[in-house]
Amino acid sequence: MEVIDLAGWKLALAALLVLALAGVSLSARLGITRSLLVASARTGIQLTLIGLVLEALFASGQLYWIALLATVMLLVAGREVMARQQRRLRGPWAFGLGTGAMFVSSFSVTILALTVVIGPSPWYEPQYSIPLLGMMLGNTMTGVALSLDRLNDAVWRQRAVIENRLMLGQNWREAVGDIRRDAMRSGMMPSINAMAAAGIVSLPGMMTGQILAGSPPAVAVKYQILVMLIITAGTGFGALMAVSWGSRRLFDERERLRLERLVKTSS
Amino acid sequence: MSRLRLAHVAIGNLRDVSLEVADGEIVCLSGASGSGKSRLLRAVADIEPHEGDVFIGQDEQSSMPGHVWRRRVMLVPADSQWWFDEVGAHFPSEARETVPECLGLGLDVMNWPVSRLSSGERQRLALWRALAMAPEALLLDEPTANLDDAMTRAMEDWLLEETRKRSLAVLWVAHDHSQIGRVAARHYRIHRSLLEPANGSD
Repeated sequence: MEVIDLAGWKLALAALLVLALAGVSLSARLGITRSLLVASARTGIQLTLIGLVLEALFASGQLYWIALLATVMLLVAGREVMARQQRRLRGPWAFGLGTGAMFVSSFSVTILALTVVIGPSPWYEPQYSIPLLGMMLGNTMTGVALSLDRLNDAVWRQRAVIENRLMLGQNWREAVGDIRRDAMRSGMMPSINAMAAAGIVSLPGMMTGQILAGSPPAVAVKYQILVMLIITAGTGFGALMAVSWGSRRLFDERERLRLERLVKTSS
Repeated sequence: MSRLRLAHVAIGNLRDVSLEVADGEIVCLSGASGSGKSRLLRAVADIEPHEGDVFIGQDEQSSMPGHVWRRRVMLVPADSQWWFDEVGAHFPSEARETVPECLGLGLDVMNWPVSRLSSGERQRLALWRALAMAPEALLLDEPTANLDDAMTRAMEDWLLEETRKRSLAVLWVAHDHSQIGRVAARHYRIHRSLLEPANGSD
């Protein structure tokens, strides 16, 4: 099956739809016209650039180029995790913690999937490794950001309860046990929900893309199942690690709650 | 043995606070609001960073993990918190079987939802909750603030009796001078940044 390439002017037709939406929202004074246009432009520019990068990367196929791109992706995701928390840890901790959790979970799960499950040769073959890592990072980022945001916010609000529990002689783990469990759950819920709805409510984007690109649906479905499973595992482990590390950092060596280690993220 | 001793404790504005509370003794602290009484108690409970040393018996605060210290030296804050739905869930299982008579609450209170408690009832139950954990020293932050006169007197009598019976060392923040006169063996007042012994005359 031959894939139909899209000419540039055809994309411009799709852009006209967005322009029409922008016109309507302007006249309805929705106040989002600007962000709609900026986001559309960013999609176009960012994806075009990454397309060029991927073309070059596929052509070279060198491990160090792939590692470089992976690192950049990780750092950008780490910054995003930090920005998505209303209250975050002060100093380098917020970035380090989110990035560390994402690194450990997404990279290990992606490498495992590449080497054991898919098995391209070489194992880092960019056609497989980059899209896989991108999807892993994108979802782990959401999970880690959600769970850390939930953790920090709940600890902030429930300061009096946590301190009273400490006063009664509970250790720090007991004193934030409920909050930790809640935060871990909220990081895992989106991927669990996505798995439950997959195929019935929504046709996952990756599978749709593969089918559009000419893959037999049966193969696309198997890849989609693989991706959803590893996304759930990666996101889950990422959230678990981020919450464990993050909650530890909220207490000091005397098991005292140290809320001054949190700052409000200016938005 | 479970004598509570503060040596050169400093927190906030307070400097160089040294005092001893013997077994079965109640020592009262008073001072203007904002003078740092509550923070001093928080330092003794090691819930806030501070300078100086605090001992229970021979054991120094930092010689044991924070939660072990706080189990032995227990702070009851002015505003107690309740996080489970039911009252009884906050108590160790033995303490659920008995509710001291002077609290004026039947045993049934353990099955109540927390939302049914009045602020005075919460305060009384918070004292029982802390005592039920069998600490060696108690730090009380205005323990009768939400209670009427009759209940205040009943709680004072009960706390005096428990202090002797369990030979607790009690550090009690109070502002009512007649209460201090009734319960305290000794009384200290916060003046500016220092803790001074107060004599009975004022």
